[in-house]
Amino acid sequence: MTSLLEVRNLKTYFHSDGSVVKAVDGVSFDVRAGETVAVVGESGSGKTVTALSVLRLIPDPPGEIISGEIRFAGRDLLSLSEAEVRKIRGNRIAMIFQEPMTSLNPSLTVGRQVGEPIEIHQRASRKNAWDKCIALLHKVRIPDPEQRANAYPYQFSGGMRQRAMIAMSLACEPELIIADEPTTALDVTVQAQVLHLLKELTRETGAALVIITHDLGVVARYADRVNVMYAGRIVETGQTSEIFNNPKHPYTVGLMNSLPRLDGDVRFALQPIEGHPPDLANLPSGCAFQPRCQYAVDRCLAKPPELSEVNPEHLAACWVDLNVTA
Amino acid sequence: MQRYLVRRLLAVIPTLFFASVIVFLVIRILPGDAVDLMIKSSPFIENTEEMRRQIELDLGLDQPMHMQYVRWVSGIIFHGDLGTSLIRDTSVGAEIAERVPVTMTMGLLAVLFALVIAIPIGVYSAVRQDTLGDYVGRSFAILGLAVPSFWLGTMVVILPAIWWGWSPPTRLVPFVEEPLRYLSVFVIPAAILGASLAAVTMRMTRTMMLEVLRQDYIRTARAKGLEEWLVVTRHAMRNALIPVITLVGLFIPIVIGGTVILERIFVIPGVGQLLLLAVQDRDYPVITGIFLVVGVFVILVNLMVDLSYGLLDPKVRDQK
Repeated sequence: MTSLLEVRNLKTYFHSDGSVVKAVDGVSFDVRAGETVAVVGESGSGKTVTALSVLRLIPDPPGEIISGEIRFAGRDLLSLSEAEVRKIRGNRIAMIFQEPMTSLNPSLTVGRQVGEPIEIHQRASRKNAWDKCIALLHKVRIPDPEQRANAYPYQFSGGMRQRAMIAMSLACEPELIIADEPTTALDVTVQAQVLHLLKELTRETGAALVIITHDLGVVARYADRVNVMYAGRIVETGQTSEIFNNPKHPYTVGLMNSLPRLDGDVRFALQPIEGHPPDLANLPSGCAFQPRCQYAVDRCLAKPPELSEVNPEHLAACWVDLNVTA
Repeated sequence: MQRYLVRRLLAVIPTLFFASVIVFLVIRILPGDAVDLMIKSSPFIENTEEMRRQIELDLGLDQPMHMQYVRWVSGIIFHGDLGTSLIRDTSVGAEIAERVPVTMTMGLLAVLFALVIAIPIGVYSAVRQDTLGDYVGRSFAILGLAVPSFWLGTMVVILPAIWWGWSPPTRLVPFVEEPLRYLSVFVIPAAILGASLAAVTMRMTRTMMLEVLRQDYIRTARAKGLEEWLVVTRHAMRNALIPVITLVGLFIPIVIGGTVILERIFVIPGVGQLLLLAVQDRDYPVITGIFLVVGVFVILVNLMVDLSYGLLDPKVRDQK
């Protein structure tokens, strides 16, 4: 099966006050047509920067994609002209952002904004775009879409706004949707609805979905495959079930131990990961996770581990064999 | 919306009351008075105590100040009468009305000039932040702020006169007959007045654009595949210009102050000229009349600015 999106050795750095922040430092992953892939990690692990790099939306300056390859449907996005990338944005790759409160323009109607991709990419008239937008709002189950399309974002609740964002992302029936923490800013009760809707609609249209999240619960429920990011690198990747049943990286294990489980023993307290995420402008030597890692050995300080095969569908970047140690 | 409008209009009343009291008092507290000036400047009036009292009686200046105020205000409210000039015996209202169109033309041209110049430069400066174009734009803005309009105006009048024997046109022809020639008189003073306003507007536009361009919804717009000029015009400018519009409201007092000076330099018979003469003559009714008219105007413009806010910002529009 060929990949729809192939990211190879992506490096996106930010320059600030003379120092270089290696927000994304050699990330590679694949997304196959129609599948759901999760990118999981703490804040500042480079998830969002990775996503923005794919659409070449990194603000430059201060950001810069240093090197790497982003092949989408066979073409390297990094070698395309700005005009060519614009034809892909919102059309073949759409993005859903984290903050529905601030990600919609406060002075344009929701309908106008949702229909806008159709207006640009399909050269549709405003009227035509509006009609399609009503259908989209209907699809994301916004009640009374004819009326609501005329409303402004502030008149929408957070959940409704994120539904509108989903409608916007679906407007041109993209092959890939990147959802950057789509539910983080929402109430817990609304989170599930929105994710469910997103999953359902991507399945319907056959779009591949990249969910960026720090929530392993989301990963377990919706993702086919997982990429665990730490300090700008992918430290473990594989099938969701494989990762959950057989985590090989201490960071992945740490994430799981800090997650409450309904089927777990209530007498065991949650185990947070000690310490703080590293300063990306000043990474520790060797493995970036080593200062927080309870399994760290001398080798971890000396040399950063590369991703290596656990089995053909499961890679992890760790010098230590957890099965032996634990 | 209607309720909001009524509420805002009612709020104008106390504002106007305080403004009128201040205007009325301040002029009378100033040293020097009209009667003195009249007696000194006219060879026909004898400088006697009797004569002075007679003049004061004629002009109503013999009464206590609060009575003068009540008479003045009731004249305005019940007869629409701003009083009579102490010096020329003409109706203040008529004198002002005659000159308002002149000053208004100049003020409007100045504001128009400022906006037309400043908004594109401000937007450009923000979009091309820290490039050569941005620096050039900002340098001009600082220059516009630093150069006082009275100096610039004087130079524009004097230098061409010395060098080429040319001076700006000053003769006003009626607008209805030759609109372009009428306007030509205002072009130079309006541009000078507009330059300082343009400087402030440009900086404000630039700041607001930079702020807005950092917003998440701009990133959303880019992620949709919008071309940059559409991102700037459709998504950014709309939000960035809301505060800039308010600025125009704040301009009005500056514009009026500026017209006083520039009308003087360019010999344009506007309200500013009238005010200057009236202050020299201590012509109380004319001064208070002008201040009151200006005050009402400023209040109304601010109201209009607030309302235009609603047109641009849906959140404000719907709450009314």
